[in-house]
Amino acid sequence: MTAPALTQVTAAPKLVAIVGPPNCGKSTLFNRLTGLRQKVGNYPGVTVEQRTGRMQCRGARVEFVDLPGISSLTARSDDERVTLNILHGRMPGLRRPDAVLLVLDSTVVDRHLWIAALVLKLGVPTLLALNMSDELHQRGGSLDEGALSEQLGVSVQLISAKFGHGLEALYEFLANLPNQAPRLQLPILQNTPDCRRWATRAADRAGYRRPARSVWTTRLDVLALHPCGGPVLFVVLMIAVFQSISALARPLQELCERAVQLSAALVSAALPPTMLRSVLTEGVWPGVGTVLSFLPQILILFLWIGILEDSGYLTRAAVVADRAMAKFGLQGKSFIPLLSGYACAIPAIMATRTIENKRDRLATILIVPFMTCSARLPVYTMIVSAFVPERPLLGPLVGSRAAAMIGLYAAGFVGGMGTAWLLRSTVLRGVPSCFLMEMPPYRWPSFRFLALQLLDRAKVFIYRAGTTILAVSLGLWLLTHLPLRGGHFSRIEESFAGEFGAGLAPVLKPLGLNWKVGVGLVTSLIAREVIVGTLGTLYGIERPAQSGDLATALQSDLTAGGAAALVVFFAFALQCVSTLVVVRRETGSWKWPALQFIYMAAFAYIAAWLTNHLVTAVFG
Amino acid sequence: MKTLADLRRGESATIVRLLLTAEVTGRLMEAGFVPEACVTLIHRGSGGGPRVYLLDGAEVAIRRELAAGIQVEQHP
Repeated sequence: MTAPALTQVTAAPKLVAIVGPPNCGKSTLFNRLTGLRQKVGNYPGVTVEQRTGRMQCRGARVEFVDLPGISSLTARSDDERVTLNILHGRMPGLRRPDAVLLVLDSTVVDRHLWIAALVLKLGVPTLLALNMSDELHQRGGSLDEGALSEQLGVSVQLISAKFGHGLEALYEFLANLPNQAPRLQLPILQNTPDCRRWATRAADRAGYRRPARSVWTTRLDVLALHPCGGPVLFVVLMIAVFQSISALARPLQELCERAVQLSAALVSAALPPTMLRSVLTEGVWPGVGTVLSFLPQILILFLWIGILEDSGYLTRAAVVADRAMAKFGLQGKSFIPLLSGYACAIPAIMATRTIENKRDRLATILIVPFMTCSARLPVYTMIVSAFVPERPLLGPLVGSRAAAMIGLYAAGFVGGMGTAWLLRSTVLRGVPSCFLMEMPPYRWPSFRFLALQLLDRAKVFIYRAGTTILAVSLGLWLLTHLPLRGGHFSRIEESFAGEFGAGLAPVLKPLGLNWKVGVGLVTSLIAREVIVGTLGTLYGIERPAQSGDLATALQSDLTAGGAAALVVFFAFALQCVSTLVVVRRETGSWKWPALQFIYMAAFAYIAAWLTNHLVTAVFG
Repeated sequence: MKTLADLRRGESATIVRLLLTAEVTGRLMEAGFVPEACVTLIHRGSGGGPRVYLLDGAEVAIRRELAAGIQVEQHP
């Protein structure tokens, strides 16, 4: 998983770095070469994903490292810094690569060739792979590989990573890696315009004929980027994404939940009533099981994002969303993580990696948990069905309950955007970010590549459920069962968690809430919806799924003001340990998650207090 | 002098100079917005949103404010 493993092998395989600008098909080539023999980790100390993989190439063992995309040799983002450090051999724990596979998009060679000049100067044996040759030829472009190779002094090969064309020459290069790079006669390039001029001339001399613009891209963009049609298409697509997630994921999620329940029942039937059984069925299964049941939803969301990204639409969506986002100090690229936040904040926070501006990325990470994730739904449903009588509000379609739910979704969104604006005008103040995006032509997504990506996501998610979330669940189980009283576990109200919840009672009183809710708030740190089960236990209801009983109990125990305060609290508070852990990993310190937790708790508390008083004044 | 932001859809111009901070200028130049480069506006987007320009056969979107900092000489 970690980098040192690469260097400690005795007969060390050759280390080959895959380098290139974003969108050149680098990762497709990496996947093509390594298939399933790859792994994703993090570089030590930074939050940049390290993708390594290996292959056997005519008897030679080769280890690949897929470096983050670079658009120049100036490090602007963490990603770019990692790439440069590795290429210069300055990355702790990872030796300098023995060779470089430099990948450029053959349909825009003259634009990117200057990166080749910079990489070749490093003096590492290099092969220049010009990717997407299929598109180049299809759209009437051409290039003389031999002529370019002669000018640069390194092998040049047209390839199509997607279809596997031209890879023979790559294998040949990998099997017989030279020990030293040939001395190159490259011009000394002082500045960017000079570099670009040199690149254009080099491409010219290699007989480069630029391909015609993709006809389909031109046609589709007339709609996708139209001043009115663009935003309409954008909204329609987003609705489709949400609809498909709820339509497809709901049954799958129920299936997962049933599997979790069934396996829990099996475990509890198979084991004698010991502590182990209690830990498993009351700690591990609810904690890890609940989180795992979100897997289908997360995978469907990632499938959508993968399709939108690989097809090229996501860059258009970012362009369309940029104007609205800019009003709140964010930018077009923030929109994708916020969208994901409606399923689960964890993948959403990981999706912020594409934002290269540090402040924009941080602001996005900090507001993602305001988006109404699916774990809040069971809590909303519990309170709304108990306290809001079903009445038609806007015709037969929107009833009072649906309106209450929509109101809660809107509250989260408004809270998040307001916070973004606040952050960008205080702690994260800075010049407006420089929004610049190169838009690739539309392409058919490769299903092989999508499948590999999904597999990757699933592995990371399950790994985390089995480590961090397992540990948290066990810890909380202990807190809800200890101390031992006369050799027995405490009842939940007498446990540490129960006492802590009861201790919260004075703080909760102004919100119209009591100690039972306090205990629920503590246990909801495992996952928000756990509060439903906890309240069920506290009200002495065996099966809280039969919400009729729970609704009656809640109605007699809570005031309308208190109930409203509770859902408002859930809309704004960050009660999710897993989210905090991921924020820590992505921001590199506990400072931001701590600030985020305290800010959101204070926000939620004040909003809930106001709600309680308002509702009590109006309905009380 | 005209800037890139003044172009209408389909119009082309040659970049003369960039009047932006050093950092932003650096990024724009790496993306191909260098003096003497020929640029065409291909999509205007809505209102003050980003615009899409064609340069060296690639399509690049930048915000209007950045485009307004790039002086150009418009082609007849």
